[in-house]
Amino acid sequence: MERMLKLLEQNARLSVEELAAMLGVTAEEVALQMDKYRRDGVIRGFNTLIDWDKTDDGRVQAVIELRVRPKKDRGFDDVAAAVAAFEEVESLLLMSGGYDLQVVMRGKSFQDIALFVAKRLSPLDDVLGTATHFVLRTYKKDGQLFQDDEPDERETVF
Amino acid sequence: MSMEYEKLISPLAAQMRPSGIRKFFDIAAEMEECISLSVGEPDFKTPWAIRDAAINSLQRGRTRYTANAGMKELRTQIAAYMDRRFGLSYDPASEMLVTVGGSEAIDLAIRALVCPGDEVIIPEPCFVCYDPITTLTGGVPVPVPLKAENGFKLTAEELKAAITPRTKLLVLPFPCNPTGAVMEKQDLEALAEVLRDTNVVVLSDEIYAELTYGARRHVSIASLPGMAERTIVVNGFSKTYAMTGWRLGYACGPAPIIKVMLKLHQNCIMSAPTTSQYGAIVALRDCDDQIEQMRQEYDMRRRLLVREFNNMGLACFEPGGAFYVFPYVGGTGLSSDEFCQQLLRRKHVAIVPGTAFGASGEGYARVSYAYSVAHLQEALSRIREFLWELRGC
Repeated sequence: MERMLKLLEQNARLSVEELAAMLGVTAEEVALQMDKYRRDGVIRGFNTLIDWDKTDDGRVQAVIELRVRPKKDRGFDDVAAAVAAFEEVESLLLMSGGYDLQVVMRGKSFQDIALFVAKRLSPLDDVLGTATHFVLRTYKKDGQLFQDDEPDERETVF
Repeated sequence: MSMEYEKLISPLAAQMRPSGIRKFFDIAAEMEECISLSVGEPDFKTPWAIRDAAINSLQRGRTRYTANAGMKELRTQIAAYMDRRFGLSYDPASEMLVTVGGSEAIDLAIRALVCPGDEVIIPEPCFVCYDPITTLTGGVPVPVPLKAENGFKLTAEELKAAITPRTKLLVLPFPCNPTGAVMEKQDLEALAEVLRDTNVVVLSDEIYAELTYGARRHVSIASLPGMAERTIVVNGFSKTYAMTGWRLGYACGPAPIIKVMLKLHQNCIMSAPTTSQYGAIVALRDCDDQIEQMRQEYDMRRRLLVREFNNMGLACFEPGGAFYVFPYVGGTGLSSDEFCQQLLRRKHVAIVPGTAFGASGEGYARVSYAYSVAHLQEALSRIREFLWELRGC
């Protein structure tokens, strides 16, 4: 059934019936498995992938590196929970290498994001330092190219 | 003196029938927002390792002719592949020839064998090239209309009834374009039973051999007892490895026939494209995983289409191979041609009438699933609308 996850990862709009046909199982089996995946937290949502740059939304996106001090028993979990709780934070990852947490967030303007970092993130007890990088352009996200489809160049040869 | 081209052109060439698919594409090409389900080539890109090998060969300046029969290393790989995948044993030195696509191999095989008046049995509906090439040699195409109730397989009875003392060649195009039909081992054994008592040569066009679905893999008729000596197997890289533009195929068969095909090839073509041959070596050697991934993707699309067509009332048998489904559209009261023309005009969806592949394709249409699922979904919803409108009025 992992193939079901791969299909959904590419296209969450496939119906239970369509998935069943594609996988060669019954619709009931797909529905049951899907419920289980949701209960177990394997499937976390069915979000829509939006290219905000094509709208007049005007918001900017930034990637922020955080260096933090881990707690004795809880490691990075406490500070991560505090950062994740901010609505502005779109994704939060614990990293290996030169810094600890990577924050991806969106704000109305560069200044908006700078203020968020200065007033909300930096003052957190265990945050030792931050580095903010603004996103200039998204080329690809979650496996989808953010550019117009190449035209189908296949010709009729027969 | 003014040139009278109509008189100059060879009547045999002039009479060659134009492709029925062509006509649809010409209309479709003019149309905005047209959704096509009509091409016969993969939507995947050639696996990177293959492209890389070809680029590498160019960087190293390997740009000369190869041996007429194809590079020795490629032929060795083909022999290993035929053995590994289909249990076929061929000598790379004498029983094998690398060609410009499977198409050239078909052309060579027919021209090497068919004399004026010789009959060539062609099960239809099928790919369109066998008939015109046969006619060009002066041979006589003998179409055998395949039946839907047999799953578009060729039966031993149909074969027996078609064989005459003039029969030279049987074309066996399975997995089949356009029906998607496959011949299982027991089906082939029944044919072999008939053929062993004859001098008929089998031209087994196995270009879709890697694209079969379900538990059973493709079986080549050449792997049955007594059949290798009377079979030319044609295969190629186009469909399996998504390498259509590389123009590379091959023929394997009895040394005396391959020898003559090689002579024709040497005079017409010299050798297949060198860059493509370098890519093909890597394809055969390293790409089993990639072709399995593509196969699984096709399989999911196939299941989706079969279900959707049956749900919308266009009966569609489950094709076991290739990348086409062949739904029955005759239930709408329209001919294949009318159905496809109206669908194209009203909903801008291009599929190919079954009659483009022989008269016995009447009532059916070929739908290619060499397209993304999202593309297929859009086309299906337009076809559904079209059917509602048809039934409404």
